[in-house]
Amino acid sequence: MTPYTMLDTSDNFTQAHLPQTLAQKLIAQSAKIQYASVGDIVVCDVDLAMFHDSSGPRRLKPMLESLGAKIWNKDRVVLVMDHFVPEADDDARKIVRIARDWAKEQRLPNVYDSQGICHVVVPQHGHILPGMLCVGGDSHSPTGGAFGAYMFGIGSTEMLGVMVTGKIWLKVPETIRMHWQGALTSGVCAKDMMLAMIGHFGMNGGRYQAIEFTGSTITSLGMAERMTLSNMSAELGSQVGLIAPDDTTINWLQDRLTQRATKNPKDTLVQASIEQLARVNLAHWQTDAHAPYTEHTFDATALAPMVAAPHSPANSHVVTEYDRTPIDIAYIGACTGAKLEDLVAAASILKGHRVPQHVKLMVAPASVSDMQKAKDLGVADILQNAGAEFLPSACGACAGYGHTIPGHARVISTTARNFKGRMGSTDSQIYLASPYTVAASALTGFISDPREAMR
Amino acid sequence: MNSPLDRKEIDFLDPNISHFVWALGADIDTDALAPGHAMKFGMDVIARHCLESVLPNFATDVKAGDVIIAGSNFGIGSSREQAAAVLVMHGITAVIAPSYNGLFFRNAFNVGLLLLTCPIIVERPHTNVRLDIHDAKQPLVITEQGETLACEAIPEFLLERVKHGGLLNELRHQLSRDQHEQNNA
Repeated sequence: MTPYTMLDTSDNFTQAHLPQTLAQKLIAQSAKIQYASVGDIVVCDVDLAMFHDSSGPRRLKPMLESLGAKIWNKDRVVLVMDHFVPEADDDARKIVRIARDWAKEQRLPNVYDSQGICHVVVPQHGHILPGMLCVGGDSHSPTGGAFGAYMFGIGSTEMLGVMVTGKIWLKVPETIRMHWQGALTSGVCAKDMMLAMIGHFGMNGGRYQAIEFTGSTITSLGMAERMTLSNMSAELGSQVGLIAPDDTTINWLQDRLTQRATKNPKDTLVQASIEQLARVNLAHWQTDAHAPYTEHTFDATALAPMVAAPHSPANSHVVTEYDRTPIDIAYIGACTGAKLEDLVAAASILKGHRVPQHVKLMVAPASVSDMQKAKDLGVADILQNAGAEFLPSACGACAGYGHTIPGHARVISTTARNFKGRMGSTDSQIYLASPYTVAASALTGFISDPREAMR
Repeated sequence: MNSPLDRKEIDFLDPNISHFVWALGADIDTDALAPGHAMKFGMDVIARHCLESVLPNFATDVKAGDVIIAGSNFGIGSSREQAAAVLVMHGITAVIAPSYNGLFFRNAFNVGLLLLTCPIIVERPHTNVRLDIHDAKQPLVITEQGETLACEAIPEFLLERVKHGGLLNELRHQLSRDQHEQNNA
């Protein structure tokens, strides 16, 4: 059953030889057409649908029941409990219980309960592969673009449509290339690149088109840093934030899938994913030389640490422009800024130091597995000895749902958004920065340049 | 207030009906439409607080059949679709603006809210407008002076979705038709 009008694809054969962007190629494959013309509306098959305790079962279950409809393909669904866990009150308990009961009742094969934040846990288990078309019930779903997948966020009713039909419509986007060249200097990272771009182009700079990150800076980044870029494409206002897959992508995913296969040798879904990964044609998943795109170029060597002041990620300035702005809380958390690599970055600044009494350093690792690795590497000890208070691996104060930061606090945070009231209180002042800058500021009690701390 | 799921009156198809205009500025965000502090309550509470920060009398004075004319980037912010559903609950016939946030655009049609993209709508103020969308490829806003303003084409399937009152109703219709065909096969 298809409730959509299909595009007339009769011209497609002659267009097949035209140069295409990565976004066009991903869409063409999922729409089963030769060429995806920019501006056309097409219907795509969904390879993966992800949702969490807040956007998922509590909205989808009643709607599916009222339709008497079934999930089109449970193997392609991933459910993550991350927004309301650990349960802070009875309202949260009710919401999480609906998710747990529904997961059992539906016998969903891919469920991650209290394992960390969906945008980190799902890729860490190898669910998102190059060439896929994925949707997520959360606005930070563009994170999947770091793996060369066309992944974007949708609302709950639209997710219902995906659950019933397995399909989604798309307007083939223009591609805006953010081309970064050169090596980042010490103490500067992907988060600074994003804050610089959002400050420059604004929160609607992406115009709901496809952003593609390219250049030597990007290819030299590890997967965690690439995920930070794609993640904050949401704050740039694009539909997706793509990065062409390469050997770094393949090796990272191979590792994760092998680990999953070792744990569950009989899991046929993992085996299928391993085979799919082996078939990925890296040469194909690139933007062709003469494909239609606009390009902005950036010099990574000249980038300084960036900080976004209240109450917008677009309100970003070089760290040196904040003249000893005092902070009370340093928060290292979220899918954006608390992956293992982010914790390692913070630890490189905090090693052998202790934050002063009047500063509260809070660390909520993005996933349980990242926390375990941080322990194994001694990173957790460094943070603990610096005075860090560890919080559960969940969305926590970033979403401002259950575990909020109260009152008039001045917070410097590795999270993605500093809208008024975002962390729970409309009185708090939230500054956004990289894990390096947040750690350096925690040590001094005011917004500080991590490059100073590294000297 | 109308339920977003059971709206039966489709008045946007009649070009003779004059719609009262609520005028808004640019960058109206999802927090203005569905304030965060009301989000844990039901739609009726969210509806009472709709647009309170920019148009304090909107929630009490709005009438079914009214339209909103706003500046660019309407619906920026979060993915919460209640921001669009709340306008359907208030009986808003259509929103007319030069541009929309992409996620809001999708959510609006999914919950049965008609959006018209009209680049020149905000060039001067309007108090009442009529709508002619018989041709989805060339929808028109007709001003009180009888002037016609062209809007961008609406994909046919999205117009159909609004006529159904949203995606949930469309799927229900589709599923019952499939069932009917199976029974007859």
